[in-house]
Amino acid sequence: MGGFPILSVMLLVPLVGAIVCLFLDAKPARMVALLATLIDLALGILLWANYDIGGAQWQFTERANLFAGFEYALGIDGIALMLIMLSVFLMPICIGASWEAITKRVGEYMAAFLIMEVLMIGVFAAQDLFLFYIFFEAGLIPMYLIIGIWGGQNRIYAAYKFFLYTLLGSVLMLIAMLWMVNEAGTTSIPVLMEYDFAPEAQTWLWLAFFASFAVKMPMWPVHTWLPDAHVQAPTAGSVILAGVLLKLGGYGFIRFSLPMFPDASAEFGWLVWGLSMVAVVLTSLIALVQADMKKLIAYSSVAHMAIVTVGLFAFNVQGLEGAMMVMLGHGLVSGALFLCVGVIYDRLRTREISRYGGLSINMPAYAVLFMLFTMAAVGLPGTSNFVGEFLALAGIYQANSWVAFVCTTGIILGAAYMLYLYRRICFGEQKNADAAAMPDLSLREYLLLGPIAAAVLWMGVYPESFLAPMRADIEILDTRLAAAAPEGDAHLAIGEGAPAEEEHAEGEAH
Amino acid sequence: METNFAASLSLIAPEIVLSLSGLLLLLIAAWGGDKGARVISIASAIALGAAFALTAPAVCAGASGPDTMAFGGQFRADAFAGLAKLMIFAAAGAALVVSPRFFERAGAMRAEFPVLVLFATLGMSIMVSASDLITLYIGLELNSLSAYVLAAILRDDERSAEAGLKYFVLGGLASGILLFGMSLTYGFAGTTNFGGIAVAVSDGLSTGQLFGLTFVLAGLAFKISAAPFHMWTPDVYEGAPTPVTMFFASAPKVAAIALLARVALEAFGTQAIAWQQIVIFAALLSIVIGALGAIGQQNVKRLLAYSSINNVGFILIGLAAGTVAGASAMMVYLAIYVVMTIGSFVAVLLMRDADGNQVEGISDLAGLSTTRPALAWALMALMFSLAGIPPLFGFWGKFVVFQAAVEADLVALAAIGIAASVIGAFYYIKIVKVMFFDEPAGTVTGEGDTPHWALLLICGVLISPLGYLLTGWLGNLADMAAASLAVAF
Repeated sequence: MGGFPILSVMLLVPLVGAIVCLFLDAKPARMVALLATLIDLALGILLWANYDIGGAQWQFTERANLFAGFEYALGIDGIALMLIMLSVFLMPICIGASWEAITKRVGEYMAAFLIMEVLMIGVFAAQDLFLFYIFFEAGLIPMYLIIGIWGGQNRIYAAYKFFLYTLLGSVLMLIAMLWMVNEAGTTSIPVLMEYDFAPEAQTWLWLAFFASFAVKMPMWPVHTWLPDAHVQAPTAGSVILAGVLLKLGGYGFIRFSLPMFPDASAEFGWLVWGLSMVAVVLTSLIALVQADMKKLIAYSSVAHMAIVTVGLFAFNVQGLEGAMMVMLGHGLVSGALFLCVGVIYDRLRTREISRYGGLSINMPAYAVLFMLFTMAAVGLPGTSNFVGEFLALAGIYQANSWVAFVCTTGIILGAAYMLYLYRRICFGEQKNADAAAMPDLSLREYLLLGPIAAAVLWMGVYPESFLAPMRADIEILDTRLAAAAPEGDAHLAIGEGAPAEEEHAEGEAH
Repeated sequence: METNFAASLSLIAPEIVLSLSGLLLLLIAAWGGDKGARVISIASAIALGAAFALTAPAVCAGASGPDTMAFGGQFRADAFAGLAKLMIFAAAGAALVVSPRFFERAGAMRAEFPVLVLFATLGMSIMVSASDLITLYIGLELNSLSAYVLAAILRDDERSAEAGLKYFVLGGLASGILLFGMSLTYGFAGTTNFGGIAVAVSDGLSTGQLFGLTFVLAGLAFKISAAPFHMWTPDVYEGAPTPVTMFFASAPKVAAIALLARVALEAFGTQAIAWQQIVIFAALLSIVIGALGAIGQQNVKRLLAYSSINNVGFILIGLAAGTVAGASAMMVYLAIYVVMTIGSFVAVLLMRDADGNQVEGISDLAGLSTTRPALAWALMALMFSLAGIPPLFGFWGKFVVFQAAVEADLVALAAIGIAASVIGAFYYIKIVKVMFFDEPAGTVTGEGDTPHWALLLICGVLISPLGYLLTGWLGNLADMAAASLAVAF
């Protein structure tokens, strides 16, 4: 890319858009927001196209000495690239989802979303510990406003809960970061990822980071802010929350907890496994009994995120790759499911599952797309989540077969609550006249759901496109973790596979 | 310590400017009456500007060492005092800018107001330069006596009179405690000079000295309204006229904290263990009480009073570190705190109903984001900044303070302090909630004045993420200031 500061430009475009939106009326604000997010999507594609797979670990690096105490340092590896792509891909869809649903204070709404985009890209691209923290924490402000101003009935409670929970989680991480910088004498994330902290210090640092990331993730039992925030947020808010914000926790684990504190990560593996096992089973059962569509999907998010955490703490390549794939897949699928909920919510203004029924009769196109995303959420082969869940569970099986066993029941339970949801909404009798009279998808809704459906299938059929950029980074991480990795109970005898050169020439080349 | 007299006089040039112009303007006020109030305000602001200009070079040069001593070691014009003075002069100038409009609306613009501000500023300027207990007390009382009158300056207003009286009685009590502590210190150390005290206590504190130190700290804790000596703050802040409250919440805080730092680090620097636990206790208690006390408040000014108690707690964490970095962090925090405080009170001044009367209730702010979006956005930025949420600049103050605490191995203090700051965040986001989520109350509809808006704009830009561009420059000044303290860290 030569000297073109593409990451800074990706931050700048939505920032300028946000400031402009604040001063505009509803119509031009929508256009500006859409334009800004589309430019960022285009820049994102450019970024991916120019990302040199197998090249330097950190690419597109930028550095400027603007501040005392920390640096304006940006740069991405494959993991960050994929998550940035997820963010810029979902963002125009979010703007589109709010096109008609948001009618009051549109300029401020669009500005809040554009600021969110800046901060999310910033989090994934930051190469300085404190720059990361600033982006990470700043997201609280726009999210607080989005939930509080444009949310539903109980929005104020949800906004408070979201804000205070996540703030409490992250301030302890700040103290840990200050300690680390004092100890290591650098704020650079790439350097810190290779720095060996004393094992006893790692314990405390790991716990402080865990406090933050577990809340963001969210892991059981600190997940309770999520259903409230989701239910009250507007559709696009939920999409961003589920699609990208939840990934901040996982990104935190993979960027900070694992490489910086490998010994402590191994030491606390049981904790993560335990919490994840509880989360998978418990939240799946809770999802099964929800009467509110959004709550159901919110609880299913918690369950999926638990699969991510077991994958991350499996300490092997499959687990890590699986965790990343679940994050990407879940970002798309849960975003799409919230959009599907939004489509019918916009028509009937209720999220009660029992108010719908038999929608496949009057909304066949909707039913087909909703079916696709339901199957993806269940983890059907050929869809994005299958790849990730399979890899993550295969990974954890090598570490601990019991954890793998319990977490796999989550897949079965997932199928139960998702199919049950689908049956109640799309099949059966049309017992409500108003629901039966709802029109099928509009062009705008096709444009929102279509790209996600394509991406879900792409990721399910040819995951190599997404795995390839991350492979080298995950290998580096795996090497870093190898010394600390606990011995697995599965004792797999991994034999020689069939030679793969012919079929997977492209993947092997890197 | 022999310094020649002319050199001493040149070191106190800012104070000379302030006292001469104060005396002169007082005479003009006595003869000219309230008609000339506006002119006197402008002249006072010019005097402050001159004092600012006279102080700035020493700060930028990082003045330190024996050359900064005046009058045989009673007065120090080092970079530390200089930086504090710059903040004090700026805050006093801001008070002078906002007050004429306010008092003219209330029909009570008095010519003595700017003069009193000048004398209070002079007192503070002496406080931060004091390197002797007697100088300290002269400065402190000059400031306090002016402040008591300022609090009660709206003579016809009951709340203002009550505030003045409360401030006077409790301030007098605090001065008594401080004097008692000073007398004990003098009695057991044999000197009132900070350098002399440092020598006297270098082998450890005797019981008498320990008592002296404790009482001095208690008296100063009153002045900075640190818990558990904070009780007067909400009442005085609520009752005093808003420009005066703005002045109280900014300049005297800087002065008293700088003074406290000098007493703790210079006079008792070798006995850090003795005062560190007191400071830590006061810091944590202030953070918690400031946060919990604010939750139930209905009046914006009372809420800001608790917020200032809360902020003092964070500043004291910097002092508790007892290092150069800690003192530097404290100064950075103070600078940011002064900007945030001035901004918040200017925003309060801009809250007027349709008849131009001031409104102060939090419920009056309801729905401000639809009726007065510019004010609401500015106030939101100030609230998040006070809560220390990045990317607003208030975060940087907390950041450097906690960084200093962690570097001084006070990790537990830092962790508890920062966890308690989450309680504080609750009431800051409550204001945002009232302004942005609630239905408009339609109370705040009046127009604001141009100087107020201009000041709010300046504060808004400084606390915005653009403020981070200042971190290098500000940190540098604060580092030089901290390094100029006469103490072997």
